[in-house]
Amino acid sequence: MPVQPMKHAVRDINVRMLRGGSGPPLLFLHGANGLTPWLPFYEALSKQFEVLVPEHPGFGLSDNPPWIRNVADLAMYYLDFLDGLGLDNVHLVGQSLGGWTAAELAVRNTSRLASLSLMAPAGIRIKGTPCGDNFIWGPEEGVRNLFHDQSLADKMLEQIAGMSDDENDVALTNRYAATKFGWEPRWYNPALERWLHRIDVPTLILWGDKDKLFPVDYAARWGARIPGSRVEILRDCGHAINLEMPDAAAAAIVGVAGRR
Amino acid sequence: MQFTFFHLMPYRPLDMVERHKHRAGWVVLPNELYDPVKGADEYQSYIEQLVHAEKLGFDVIAVNEHHQTAYGLMPAPNLIAANLIARTERAKIAIIGRALPLVNNPVNIAEEFAMLDNLSRGRIITGFVRGIGNEYHATGINPFFSHERYQEAHDLITQAWTRPGPFSFEGEHFNNRYVNLWPRPYQNPHPEIWIPSMGSSETIRWAAAPERKYPFLVTFSSRELVARYLKMYRDQATEYGYECSSDQLGWASPVYVADTDERAMEEARAGIESLFNDYLAVPFQMLLPPGYMSLQSMKNTLRFRKNLGTQRRHTIEEMAENGTVVVGSPKTVRDHLLRLRDETGAGKLITMLQFGVLPDDLTRRNTEMFVSEVMPHLR
Repeated sequence: MPVQPMKHAVRDINVRMLRGGSGPPLLFLHGANGLTPWLPFYEALSKQFEVLVPEHPGFGLSDNPPWIRNVADLAMYYLDFLDGLGLDNVHLVGQSLGGWTAAELAVRNTSRLASLSLMAPAGIRIKGTPCGDNFIWGPEEGVRNLFHDQSLADKMLEQIAGMSDDENDVALTNRYAATKFGWEPRWYNPALERWLHRIDVPTLILWGDKDKLFPVDYAARWGARIPGSRVEILRDCGHAINLEMPDAAAAAIVGVAGRR
Repeated sequence: MQFTFFHLMPYRPLDMVERHKHRAGWVVLPNELYDPVKGADEYQSYIEQLVHAEKLGFDVIAVNEHHQTAYGLMPAPNLIAANLIARTERAKIAIIGRALPLVNNPVNIAEEFAMLDNLSRGRIITGFVRGIGNEYHATGINPFFSHERYQEAHDLITQAWTRPGPFSFEGEHFNNRYVNLWPRPYQNPHPEIWIPSMGSSETIRWAAAPERKYPFLVTFSSRELVARYLKMYRDQATEYGYECSSDQLGWASPVYVADTDERAMEEARAGIESLFNDYLAVPFQMLLPPGYMSLQSMKNTLRFRKNLGTQRRHTIEEMAENGTVVVGSPKTVRDHLLRLRDETGAGKLITMLQFGVLPDDLTRRNTEMFVSEVMPHLR
């Protein structure tokens, strides 16, 4: 029985959220493509954790408060979110834009966190190693460049072709929100990298070696900046780690969550 | 009617085979395809065409701004305007427009226009635009904030022109502790501001507001859309409680005149088809990056124009048929323009008499024929 989205309120902001499984709390922050249905990746995590997957404000059908203008605002919102739920020892997982947001949150305050897992996060920039330009890529190109295994891209393109008007509206809303957060500077915050040393919880950096959006070279830089972090590279995996290697990703997250 | 001779200054020697190896003639088109010797010739030809247009009797000669593209060689249109000021005496010189959201200090735009206005003793007309979507790829400016930046930059520039300085401007995107223009504009209170637009209801409502009454120009649109958007502006003015004057309404269109319809079509074909298919055509995600249009407008656009992303070549016949371009004998062109003028009540016609790869000799004949055979009937 797939988990269905529910409404969740933080202060006066309503967002959609998937919530399933049982165990210690795990908060997953999604990437620029928005909230997905309950995936095998979440199913795998939900065997060990109570998994919370909120849809970021500004995305899909969640509220879009005008004062959330950048990723720093989004990170502060998620500190409010954790306070609102009163959750402690949270395993925070973020992918791509969500990984950037998770890192911004963690440099500010790790008091409610037990671990941090960053899956091909945006957020920093290595000069001379630009990210892919997913704003200039065409619709099909953008999907293809998320995956190493192109049969997964074919499947996603087929799903997209069959989307309803409402689903297309959600996808467009997501694209607007992604633009707000990621267009300029392109997918990073110049101030973030110099504060990553503040992250003091067990941290996993997870990257696909065939990532076409954020090259795998970024993994080592993140690893070098976050004290005691563990870097794990998935072979023959593209950017959409949660779709391409859900079991390996979940196992790695379980691994870091068990560290002390 | 007021007649404007408008130029985009395309790079005509472009290798079209090479051009189509790239996703657009913008932003990613390698600039190795630009030959400075040929480019210098292009500038010379185009400036001569603009200067000649004054001599032939055009009221306004006009240029605009585009970046990193063979579509138009004027990333800094004010430089061309400065040159035109020195070489003309009577005609107004319109820069329609500068793309306000693309700059980080709009005071620079206010200053440059004020300088041009002084240099020309008040012959400057300005245009405020947001730029084509491609421009947000070219400059890196976030299109999500395009509308906000435009509004703020507009307020800053018009205040810089009209408020006694120094004063402070406190915005979300632009903050200037000291705004104090030297020189102030020559015209009082300031040069005219025209609003060229593809026609969005938000822009129409804003431009028509009684405190602005900015002339609104529909660009590159079919006969039907020109009529619809100009009517929207007129209705909006009525709703605001005033009657819109013909000076507030105009449209811009490529025009080509020759002895016969057949000859006009054949001579204009390469120019028109290259303009739309080779120079202007860009993929959807470049033309309309997220935020360039409001989310609601974009949702509607996508629902009703599902084929928007598909690229196929347009023929001159179909563009002449829907009136996006006006091509034919003097009678054909006159009839088309008269009908649209009378239907819309528009008082401004912005003609593009050079377009795409149209060569100098045909441009000259086209311009002279338009002036002698068409213009007098529309005056």
